[in-house]
Amino acid sequence: MNIKRLLFALLGLLLLASPSHAASLLITNGTVFTGDDAPPRQLDILIEDGLIEAVASDLSATEADQVIDAAGRPVTPAMFAGITAAGLSEIGMVYEAVDSRLNDLYTGLMHPEFDVRKAYNPLSSVVPVTRIEGYGYSLLMAASGDRTISGQGSLVRFNGGFDSFEGKTAVYINVDGYSGNKIGGSRAAHWMLLESTFGELSVDDEDLTLISPAGKATLKALRRDGLFVFHANRASDILQVLAFSRRHKLNAVIHGGQEAWIVREAVAASGTPVVINALDNLPGSFDGLGARLDNAALLYEAGITVLFTSGETHNARKLRQVAGNAVANGLPYEVAIEVMTSLPAEIFGGKPRMIAPGYALMW
Amino acid sequence: MRNIICVLATLLISVAARAQPEAFPSTYAAPAAQPVLFKNATILTGDGRRLDETDLYIAEGQIQWVGEGELAPGATEVDASGQWITPGLIDVHSHLGVYPSPGVAAHSDGNEATAPVTAEVWAEHSVWPQDPGFSRALAGGVTAMQILPGSANLFGGRGVTLKNVPSISYQGMKFPDAPHGLKMACGENPKRVYGGRTQAPSTRMGNVAAYRSAWIRAQRYQADWDRYNQAVKDAAAAADDSSGASVASALLTNTPPRRNLELDTLAGALRGDILVHMHCYRADEMLTILDMAKEFGYRVGTFHHGVEAYKIADELAANDVCGALWADWWGFKIEAYDGIQENIALVDRPAGGCAIVHSDSDEGIQRLNQEAAKAMLRGNRAGLDIPPERAISWITYNAAKSLGVHEQTGSIESGKMADVVLWNQDPFSVYAKPLQVYIDGVLWYEQDNPSLSPQSDFELGQLMGAAQ
Repeated sequence: MNIKRLLFALLGLLLLASPSHAASLLITNGTVFTGDDAPPRQLDILIEDGLIEAVASDLSATEADQVIDAAGRPVTPAMFAGITAAGLSEIGMVYEAVDSRLNDLYTGLMHPEFDVRKAYNPLSSVVPVTRIEGYGYSLLMAASGDRTISGQGSLVRFNGGFDSFEGKTAVYINVDGYSGNKIGGSRAAHWMLLESTFGELSVDDEDLTLISPAGKATLKALRRDGLFVFHANRASDILQVLAFSRRHKLNAVIHGGQEAWIVREAVAASGTPVVINALDNLPGSFDGLGARLDNAALLYEAGITVLFTSGETHNARKLRQVAGNAVANGLPYEVAIEVMTSLPAEIFGGKPRMIAPGYALMW
Repeated sequence: MRNIICVLATLLISVAARAQPEAFPSTYAAPAAQPVLFKNATILTGDGRRLDETDLYIAEGQIQWVGEGELAPGATEVDASGQWITPGLIDVHSHLGVYPSPGVAAHSDGNEATAPVTAEVWAEHSVWPQDPGFSRALAGGVTAMQILPGSANLFGGRGVTLKNVPSISYQGMKFPDAPHGLKMACGENPKRVYGGRTQAPSTRMGNVAAYRSAWIRAQRYQADWDRYNQAVKDAAAAADDSSGASVASALLTNTPPRRNLELDTLAGALRGDILVHMHCYRADEMLTILDMAKEFGYRVGTFHHGVEAYKIADELAANDVCGALWADWWGFKIEAYDGIQENIALVDRPAGGCAIVHSDSDEGIQRLNQEAAKAMLRGNRAGLDIPPERAISWITYNAAKSLGVHEQTGSIESGKMADVVLWNQDPFSVYAKPLQVYIDGVLWYEQDNPSLSPQSDFELGQLMGAAQ
């Protein structure tokens, strides 16, 4: 996938993503990546009323309101933009236009009930700027503010809808050195507080100390059907996340994961997915002295589900470059396609993103 | 007595006329290296040419010839069939060493954010040579870079151009004879930093007033020195008329102006000895700065970041000002809201345009080729016809020009420094990787040869060390 090929992939997506008022749309001669890790094939795609009706090697005889000749360009499901504040952050340093974090509440409580979806603005310029590059959805992030549990979000579809949310609710917990230092003064103190908080979930005590009744209800509900996205880079922190999640029966996702390769056997055994920035290769902090470029390949080979994020919101469109570098450093190409398209939806509980009959046209 | 006066006068003249010794000079000297012949490579020369299936010979630290020529006995031969050669990449905007990895507070040495005008500070005095970012950038083909102070201040201080070689001190990395840079900053950052302390500047008009006040002081300082130097010169001329007594008296009454580090830097920029690197996002502000440069008679060498540079591409070219830009950053603050991915290609477009891809990032500096590839692609999508041999100049020759080192490096031409990258394929592919990186003819990086790669003491015994 050199840069030119990436461009063609993009063009293909634009074709797919163009809002069409036609009832039926036929895309011919596409080099179709269906969204799994299968190699691409030359196929035609028939779409009717937003549903993929047929995918076959020759549908050219089919009548359609609109026909687009892809002329061999790649066609993929719309891509995942990573974990972002798209629609939550209009301009990074215009703070009144940034709605992804919780700060200065002057309480010691943890607030898993803080829901960034209430502030989502589909009319933000970030949404179309990202979409036009071929990205169809993102995981909305509650940015780490000054709290250990920074809040909750979920997948959002970049179709301009005010409530285009889907999938499981994800709550963000930061267990890195930075938050340990902020909260309790150390990692050890931080884990103690988290243990206390989650311990309170199991006791019927109205006299809560670290969490409000709403927060408690939120965590109890999410333990059943939500996801806990732990930001952790250091290998030892990742092992703590695995143990904590096992103890409290949480569906965990690791976000960061710079040193996940060191403990990849344990991560693989737990079935925990890992969201990484495949460009991380510097010891940017003492949490990530083991950051390396082939992290994605090592995790994949160990049987771990790897996803990508760039850490960017305005430039989330950079994620294709992140994926390209992961491939340049050992991740199989077709796997990267799956990681960029259908896999994030699967992990975060969204609707399936596949180019196959019966699937909705998602963008 | 008269003889004594003559001696005294001569002594005074010689003391006065002696230039200040260079402070903190470069101590870099390339070690001796084996001559290398690269056979059958695709060469992007950096100055606009593409040479297919061409040989390149480097020896004694220099590019000896491209095409055909004589070989020293015992030259190493590299079969470069199917591989590409470019000049060593140059980043004009890096904070490696001054904001190193790991990014701990004790290493945060890039902004002397205690006053809006700190032209007296030199970024080189903050450079931590052990920053692992240097070796990562080397693995990305970067052979030289300018380390700049940050943009908190209107005048942030002097930048330094380094060769990307390992050294105990930054002086062992200093690019020989490269001019210093002067980092200046427009817009949001200075007014936010100082306005936030209810201190000037708190507005853009405050920014401009403060630049102009500083330039006025620098002009006066320069005039004082000019006057003094003229008096010394006149005295020297008079001494030939053997009127020693009056010369001595003239010199004694003309004490040299008191040196001022801040004004040394600003006067150096006015004289053109120090190149001005101006952090500026908005087109209107860049035009204001160009007018200010006319008012004080100095040149803006390069606008950095210039997210709106495409709006004034013609003016930049007409004023011979480079734009050092990102491929796709936008929206992180309101002065970056008008960013477009065609910016670099559009600044490159006019005759005389000088587009540069810069990083300002310890990640981006490792992948300047990918950043340039994105910019090239956007230009071509917009209907410009930008071939690789042109786009490569954005990260080689134009960058060297911006730093004032284009006579020495930045292109594959005989007689220039042998700063050369051998790539496994077209460097504008996301899969491209340097196979070898030479600096002054010395092989400093080779793929899958960690024993060759510089390892910082910080990484000794740690998880990754030289493995990356």
